[in-house]
Amino acid sequence: MRVTQGCFSYLPDLSDDDILAQVQYCLDNGWAVNLEFTDDPHPRNTYWEMWGLPMFDLKDAKGVLMELDACRKVHGDKYIRLSAFDASHGWESVRLSFIVNRPKDEDGFRLERTAGPGRVQRYAVRGYGLDLPEGRRYR
Amino acid sequence: MNVQSSETVKGKDRYKSGVMSYRKMGYWEPDYTPSDSDVIACFRVTPQDGVDPIEASAAVAGESSTATWTVVWTDRLTACEKYRGKCYRVDPVPGAEGQYFAYIAYDLDLFEPGSIANLTASIIGNVFGFKPLKALRLEDMRLPLAYVKTFQGPPTGIVVERERLDKFGRPLLGATIKPKLGLSGRNYGRVVYEALKGGLDFTKDDENINSQPFMHWRDRFLYCMEAVNRAEAASGEVKGTYLNITAGTMEDMYERAEFAKELGSCIVMIDLVIGYTAIQSMAKWARRNDMILHLHRAGHSTYTRQKSHGVSFRVIAKWMRLAGVDHIHAGTVVGKLEGDPATTKGYYDICREDFNPMRLEHGIFFDQPWGSLNKLMPVASGGIHAGQMHQLLHLLGEDVVLQFGGGTIGHPMGIAAGATANRVALEAMIFARNAGRDYLNEGPTILAEAAKTCTPLRQALDVWGDVTFNYASTDQLDYAPTPSVAV
Amino acid sequence: MNAPAAAPPRISLAEEYAASGVGPVLQELDDELVGLAPVKQRIREIAALLLVDRVRAKFGLSTEAPTLHMSFTGNPGTGKTTVANRMAQILHRLGYVRRGHLVSVTRDDLVGQYIGHTAPKTKEVLKKAMGGVLFIDEAYYLYRQENERDYGQEAIEILLQVMENARDDLVVILAGYADRMDRFFQSNPGFRSRVAHHIDFPDYADDDLLAIGETMLGRLHYRLDDGARAALREYIPLRRTQPLFANARSIRNALDRARLRQANRLLAEGDVELTLERLATLTEADIRASRVFRQSEGVGS
Repeated sequence: MRVTQGCFSYLPDLSDDDILAQVQYCLDNGWAVNLEFTDDPHPRNTYWEMWGLPMFDLKDAKGVLMELDACRKVHGDKYIRLSAFDASHGWESVRLSFIVNRPKDEDGFRLERTAGPGRVQRYAVRGYGLDLPEGRRYR
Repeated sequence: MNVQSSETVKGKDRYKSGVMSYRKMGYWEPDYTPSDSDVIACFRVTPQDGVDPIEASAAVAGESSTATWTVVWTDRLTACEKYRGKCYRVDPVPGAEGQYFAYIAYDLDLFEPGSIANLTASIIGNVFGFKPLKALRLEDMRLPLAYVKTFQGPPTGIVVERERLDKFGRPLLGATIKPKLGLSGRNYGRVVYEALKGGLDFTKDDENINSQPFMHWRDRFLYCMEAVNRAEAASGEVKGTYLNITAGTMEDMYERAEFAKELGSCIVMIDLVIGYTAIQSMAKWARRNDMILHLHRAGHSTYTRQKSHGVSFRVIAKWMRLAGVDHIHAGTVVGKLEGDPATTKGYYDICREDFNPMRLEHGIFFDQPWGSLNKLMPVASGGIHAGQMHQLLHLLGEDVVLQFGGGTIGHPMGIAAGATANRVALEAMIFARNAGRDYLNEGPTILAEAAKTCTPLRQALDVWGDVTFNYASTDQLDYAPTPSVAV
Repeated sequence: MNAPAAAPPRISLAEEYAASGVGPVLQELDDELVGLAPVKQRIREIAALLLVDRVRAKFGLSTEAPTLHMSFTGNPGTGKTTVANRMAQILHRLGYVRRGHLVSVTRDDLVGQYIGHTAPKTKEVLKKAMGGVLFIDEAYYLYRQENERDYGQEAIEILLQVMENARDDLVVILAGYADRMDRFFQSNPGFRSRVAHHIDFPDYADDDLLAIGETMLGRLHYRLDDGARAALREYIPLRRTQPLFANARSIRNALDRARLRQANRLLAEGDVELTLERLATLTEADIRASRVFRQSEGVGS
């Protein structure tokens, strides 16, 4: 199973040089780059943990890679995503987001069904990894 | 005839019983400067042979505002000079003998706030059948900010839609389920599941999928939502399917919308043929219920396609941004349906920009402020395939839904493979663009490189690589792209 | 051995030089900065070395990326920051840094107030400087001998690590008074061994400072009349003997005050016809009103 969130999940995993090129694109557009990690990649888990604050005013992508290396040292067994924020009026949100680190084995999700009235089924998507407490998944 | 100054008849003579030319009644005012709160319309007027173009244009102004065929004394009980539509400029259309662009300004008080039905009843109500005209086309409108702000606008908008879907930095991918008609609910859901699991973000009901003997609407909704949930679990991504809630009555539409919501769908769909009021009702419902609202522009070509008569699609796009839909089909340029590149660019700008500057080379006749009304996501659908990804990205940009119906479902190795081919082609192209490559010229190379690690893409390129639809467009621009055009 | 390829590529040094675009930067440095002959000479030498290194690499001769960290020593106002800016451009044109921007900091930007504050602060600065030049003014303040628990030590360690490991990404220029920098390098051998180029910025000669003053005024559309020029010529050696003399910066400050006096004078003169000439000219009185002259009289009498 492969979680396909983010902009480049259908491509082979990105190399550091690939990441540098994408980050430079973001910086050249004046966007702030942010790193987040999680061991709960549920499609509607909006708030991954922040690795420090978003990086404002950088000129060169290497600065972001420095932080990514540091983040990988601590959270290399989890999902890490990189997002770029555009603060200009009318957008004020993420412009680009992609996964830059994954666990070795991705557990995936179970679809739970509950019968509702008539033929209605209630569905819940639940990560298999969630049976372990936060921080002990994907070890 | 003297066209330099206004020859409006003033005073007592103006209201003498009888018939008087429209220009004399005050509908032609060449000295008038439109105010910031006026609604302005630009019509393409084709007068009958022998009819003076100014008189024809003044008649359009009159018939779309206060006038009737004869003088009425009851005008004098009103501030009629304020309420008169004022034609203030008539230009011959470049390169089209017998056609004229007439610019008409309307006072804001002529229109009910927040009602497309009222706006259109005036502007395109009676006047299109007016006998002295051979043909009439509404080319563009300037909607004043004061009027724009009386509308809700798109319930979700591009930014919030992306936030809800957690999808940023690339066009969204969709496909219309084919065949259009005849699939049972169970078979239909299969197509939805395969396409979403393969990598699409959305699947779509076609415009005429409502509730027919082969598949009733509840069946379709139930099977589709099972497919959506299964695909979300399989991919870890948010997925959606545009459930078409178009029906014969508003009550039926609300019932279908409520059921879609109950099943957890993030998006519903309506057809343009349900009418402006029904669209505005569904827009309000969608805002209240956190639902993305997709509009299929079914029927528009009956009045948008011919250059001399009807309503330009750019005007429909403006009305729809006011009325409040989140998605609108706006052309592909390279696909199988009508659309010349510059005109289509104009439509896309209307959907996505905060402010449209006048750009005659894109068919935009006026500056148009949008007053922070949400942006609406254009949808490109019809005869497009993965091999055109570089052109699509170049022509249509990033904030667009690319719908590959045949290009997904017709893949030789199956629907999921077709979906994967499209997604890989898209991600590879975005990656190359961001990395600074000349993706438009290197497009085929970039796709070939991506196909090395993706067999479905290689197969797609082999099957459709050479398919193009090169026909002359019927709705082309009158203005060549020149650096400056007189205002 | 790493023998050169059979048919070495034909490379013209002149063409390489022209293609790099370094020439105009050096020329600007010449035009823009008065005096500083030894500094300009050293910059030209470094540029030549880097250019030749680059050409050697094309022949397969040199392998090791050169160490580019530098120290700029000299008194305040001797042009260190300006030259650092030009150096960043030169390194960028020659391809030794990717962006060519200059991030200028002092101890306060790098060292924190409390435990856990310093590392993020230093890293923040380093991230912003990546791809360019990091200019640390009065770098010796990072090291406080008297306090071994000073947070400056933490910043120093992070800096040293990046100076060693990210040599392709970042050039660090340490700047300050010559004597204090010497002591700093003595107590921090790590820095000494990582800094390849030392450039000393001498004090400006009196004539240079006069020329600098006139250039500064020219940029602001002012000029000195003959009396004012003579007064400024007298002013410079007097100012040099007084405390806190900072070369070009002292001249700038003196001229800023002269402009204030000129404005005041124009107002006081009342309804005299205002000509462009009068608006643009500083007179002898505007310069002579300086405290520097009065103090020197006091000393003399």
